[in-house]
Amino acid sequence: MAATQKDPVLVVVQLSGGNDYLNTVIPYNNPLYRDNRPAVGIPDAQVLPIDKNYAFHPAMAPLKKVWDEGKLAILHGTGYTNSPRSHFRSMDIWHTCEPDKVGTEGWLGRVAREYDPNKENVITVVSFGPSLFRALAVPGVPVACVAGPLEKYGFLPTVQERELRLKVLDRFARMYAPVVGSGVMEYLGTTGLDSLKGADVLKVAPQRYASTVKYPDTPIARKLQGIAQVHLAGLGSRIFYCDHGSFDTHAGQNPGHGTLWSAVAEGLDAFMMDLRQHDHADNVLVLLFSEFGRRVHDNGSGTDHGAAGPAFVLGDKVKGGHYGDYPSLKAEHLVQGDLNPSMDFRSIYSTILEKWLKVSSKPIVGRAFEQLAFLN
Amino acid sequence: MAYQDDIALMAHLMRRAGFGARRDELEARVAKGYEATVEELIHPETQPPVDVYTLLRYHPAALLPGGQPPMGNVNYMYHLVNTKRPLEEKVALFWHHVFATGNSKVDNYDQLLLQINLFRERGMGDYRALLVELARNPTMLFWLDNNENHGTAVNENWGRELLELFSLGVGSYTEKDVREASRAFTGWTFETKIPRLPYGRFPWKFEYRAEDHDDGEKEFLGHRGRFNGEDIINIVVEQPACARFVCRHLYNFFVADEPQVPAWSIESPSDPKAIDTLTATFRESHYDIRSVLRVLFNSSFFKNARFQHMKSPAEVVVGSLRLVGGYEMPRPGYGDLSMQPSYMGQDLLNPPSVEGWHTGQEWINSGSLMARINFVAQLVGDPSLPGVRAIIDRLKAKGTLSPEQLVDGCLDLLGPVEVGADTRRELVDQAKEWGQISWDREVSAQTADKRVGEMLQLIVATREYQFA
Repeated sequence: MAATQKDPVLVVVQLSGGNDYLNTVIPYNNPLYRDNRPAVGIPDAQVLPIDKNYAFHPAMAPLKKVWDEGKLAILHGTGYTNSPRSHFRSMDIWHTCEPDKVGTEGWLGRVAREYDPNKENVITVVSFGPSLFRALAVPGVPVACVAGPLEKYGFLPTVQERELRLKVLDRFARMYAPVVGSGVMEYLGTTGLDSLKGADVLKVAPQRYASTVKYPDTPIARKLQGIAQVHLAGLGSRIFYCDHGSFDTHAGQNPGHGTLWSAVAEGLDAFMMDLRQHDHADNVLVLLFSEFGRRVHDNGSGTDHGAAGPAFVLGDKVKGGHYGDYPSLKAEHLVQGDLNPSMDFRSIYSTILEKWLKVSSKPIVGRAFEQLAFLN
Repeated sequence: MAYQDDIALMAHLMRRAGFGARRDELEARVAKGYEATVEELIHPETQPPVDVYTLLRYHPAALLPGGQPPMGNVNYMYHLVNTKRPLEEKVALFWHHVFATGNSKVDNYDQLLLQINLFRERGMGDYRALLVELARNPTMLFWLDNNENHGTAVNENWGRELLELFSLGVGSYTEKDVREASRAFTGWTFETKIPRLPYGRFPWKFEYRAEDHDDGEKEFLGHRGRFNGEDIINIVVEQPACARFVCRHLYNFFVADEPQVPAWSIESPSDPKAIDTLTATFRESHYDIRSVLRVLFNSSFFKNARFQHMKSPAEVVVGSLRLVGGYEMPRPGYGDLSMQPSYMGQDLLNPPSVEGWHTGQEWINSGSLMARINFVAQLVGDPSLPGVRAIIDRLKAKGTLSPEQLVDGCLDLLGPVEVGADTRRELVDQAKEWGQISWDREVSAQTADKRVGEMLQLIVATREYQFA
């Protein structure tokens, strides 16, 4: 791979299910917080204050450390107007940047097409999750989708015997060889060979990888370790995507929400430590987002679907701090009981696109949005 | 070879009119006859319905699954895997593709499943009556905002999609027609929803509010009158464009892949004569879908269209599960199993938009191709599954198998699947590396089982296997 080792890399961690804003960045000195959270509030004695107004959930201690180092940006009140409060639709909006109509192309798929229009590297985008995230989907853009352990990634994982496997994959390649004639067979051929090539390239990542960092035994930590392996192998991947959830805490939010956040925070802690030990952290930016925040007032054991939520950006090049305003908790400012979004999510995307990934943001997010200052 | 041809034709029919069939079923159906099988398929009431109570004993939450996956998917998948009325399910899936309604907005699988039930019950009958039922279906009314379509403030969402996506297609009506159709459907709404939680698990009910209906005169597709919604549907189904539109959809779904729907006003059908045959039947039978399907399945254009259709993810998953067997009971892991089509790009009960899924080649991308191949390979490579065992037993009965016999036997029992000469050569070359296989001794039998499993996996990984 010809890629320069220090090309900027984006890692997206999607918090699926709707992460609760109020118990993530806790306005612990605001009496309205206590009023609204009789059942699922976090007691004062447990919160992790980051300043005089706000505190993190106790499960986010490793992220508090990043905050203290000045490398964590909190993006307040993210969302968009007329939040639909549906998981699927909301996630689609974040993925396609189309709040008003149904979009078909994912924003990061567009970035990949921009980076590699001739598909010279079939693993420009690597996704760790059960299926192709819509954010990555653009027709003709190859995405390596790793559903299980990286070691087993590829076609026909159940054919395990080494010799036979090599032969079978070799036959697969020949069976997918270009054909003259039918367009659809040709297309299937290209797609099959792209995926096969991707699997072939990715396979070296775990082999090249050696680390003393111990990751926690959680699904998100395993995904992040997979990302670290591919990133450290220097295969030219620029966009990584993974998810964790479900943050859909309608009931049993305490302790469920904490368990979710410890997995994310501890996983990220190991991940960043791993990259730093290998001197490969400075070109990585991590974005955390969720499709929406949750209802301000709890429902007795959890919280229902809401609107505005927080997003986070972290990395060695990030200027830590608060960006945007925490939406007002006053009853008269709520929209159907939810925090009113104060920052369009496409502002975050635009900033990352322009200042980090160095691509023009307008064709990807649709129009110009305010650039935020969390990157130089 | 005539018998083998009958098997191949029956396999084709069952792949298209259902979700495939195992060899013993194909043999029984060949014995019964092709036309008799078509009659049985278009008369699902002759076969028992799915036993929902077994599902509910194991998954009570599948009765009223709410808005969260996967319980709605579990309910749907259980029906797809267990149905003895394959065409009834296939037709319901067809209408789900056309009248695409999604959980992304409805946020209520109960209502979506009720809509699928409507397609099961009415999908093969009178299309006019189906459209009327659809217009009264609360799930649809909510999906396309007709509850916001008021006599004093017209909302065109339903009115437009009725014409554009459900009956006529772009180019067969004017913006004025959209407006007038929408006016005619003012007042078609449903009872106020009771909030779901904590007690609101009640089905939504259609309600006609005369006081919210615009009773004035309308001018629609050249007709003039104080039309109500049903009048609009009556005018719509008489349009030549309607017959063509519906029949082209049927052709695209059951016969061979056509360009995507939005291109239909520009691109003519690949087989215009076939469309003419179907539209004639549609009109003569007064929009009876059953009659159209009878003609379709018995036609030579259908019989000659083998492997002209890219399997949808639902067809991949359901077809494989029915082939290998062992997934009839809702066992642990059924939730994830029911989400498999979504991993391949078809989230059942949640199409991406009212335009439905893009089909054919557009099912395939680097992620979905690997997902579909690996899913099927993992199943056919497991000799403990009854359907795989049945394939092995049939091969075993032939005695010792040469490499060619192994390949041809596996291709035959997986379909029969037709592959190109180059593909077959690769398969045979692989089998040659193994040499002859036989089950005559315990050790060789174990190896033979394994080889069959590996050959089946290699076959389902081929390009050809992605088609039905």
